[in-house]
Amino acid sequence: MTAPSSAENVLLAPLAAVDAADLARLRDRLAAQAASEDVLDVAFRTVDSPVGPLLLAATPEGLVRVAYAREDHERVLADLAARISPRVLRAPARLDRAVRELEEYFAGHRQAFDLPLDLRLIKGFRRVVITHLPEIGYGSTASYTALAAAAGNPRAVRAAGTACATNPLPIVVPCHRVVRSDGGLGQYLGGTEVKHALLVLEGALA
Amino acid sequence: MSSEPFEAVVARYGPTVLRVCRAVVGPVAAEDAWSETFLAALRAYPDLRPGSDVGAWLATIAHRKAIDQLRAQARRPVPTEVLPEPASRDRLPGGWEGDLWEALSELPLRQRECIAYHYLAGLPYADVAAVLGGTAAAARRAAADGIATLRRSYLADACAPQLEGRTLR
Repeated sequence: MTAPSSAENVLLAPLAAVDAADLARLRDRLAAQAASEDVLDVAFRTVDSPVGPLLLAATPEGLVRVAYAREDHERVLADLAARISPRVLRAPARLDRAVRELEEYFAGHRQAFDLPLDLRLIKGFRRVVITHLPEIGYGSTASYTALAAAAGNPRAVRAAGTACATNPLPIVVPCHRVVRSDGGLGQYLGGTEVKHALLVLEGALA
Repeated sequence: MSSEPFEAVVARYGPTVLRVCRAVVGPVAAEDAWSETFLAALRAYPDLRPGSDVGAWLATIAHRKAIDQLRAQARRPVPTEVLPEPASRDRLPGGWEGDLWEALSELPLRQRECIAYHYLAGLPYADVAAVLGGTAAAARRAAADGIATLRRSYLADACAPQLEGRTLR
């Protein structure tokens, strides 16, 4: 459905202009109706933060994805559509609380997140690892070895690293607090400089 | 290939569907028709076969929802001379809600739809016929008849006030 150009379209020209504000209002209304009729499977919005724009996505069960810009938000949304449901809409209301808690965190006023989470994107041992991450307190760090041990398999250091590298809920589930035993920061899906910035914010690094 | 996020469908087709709804049901019900179209589409979207023609699929839903809106409008008490103002804040003299809609509203529904789906949505007449029923040739004829009437009613009207304005001055 794309309009051809023709003499008839000159006749219909007054209909061609669609006000951006009208469309924005209609899209907001659609998102609200979709949520109230339970057909909004994935709501998302983006929010600016000191570590760049973040994509936040939530199912009716809870926050399901936090993504850094370098992950490519379009690709992340396509992935959510494929893995959860294509009923994906920009619908900020469901993410209000997550946004507020992130703002408090970046302002240094929040040390732990209190949000319903949807962990459906994490399978198997990775999920065990991820559920242990919040045990590493604000302002402290732990090694991948210690994390593997906490998850019940001290030899699965590499798997613990993979779980952190593929954490779908960075910042909120603090994989940034896991560092290498030799003192190195280790990889981070938001980039090493972001990991460094978060640990400085939390006072774990000078 | 799996379906893309519905948000992308709204972004791509939202403006076109609004133009079609406006041309078919008019200023009072256009936004409700748009909302009902996309809500129904969202509900059915996971069942849409990958690789389907999303535009034609949306057109079919929009056609159904426009009929619903027109029926609902017909059931409502007959409005008095003063129609409720459309939600639009920018109702300019050249806006579609004025003379153009007045002329469109005098066309048979079928002609209005054939014009909207072909000229505003850009569907070939074969697709217009698939959405509305009937043959491609009949859809082409209905659109041509409608356009011919618009040229007489709307273009004549649109020029008249300007001429009057000049003679008054």
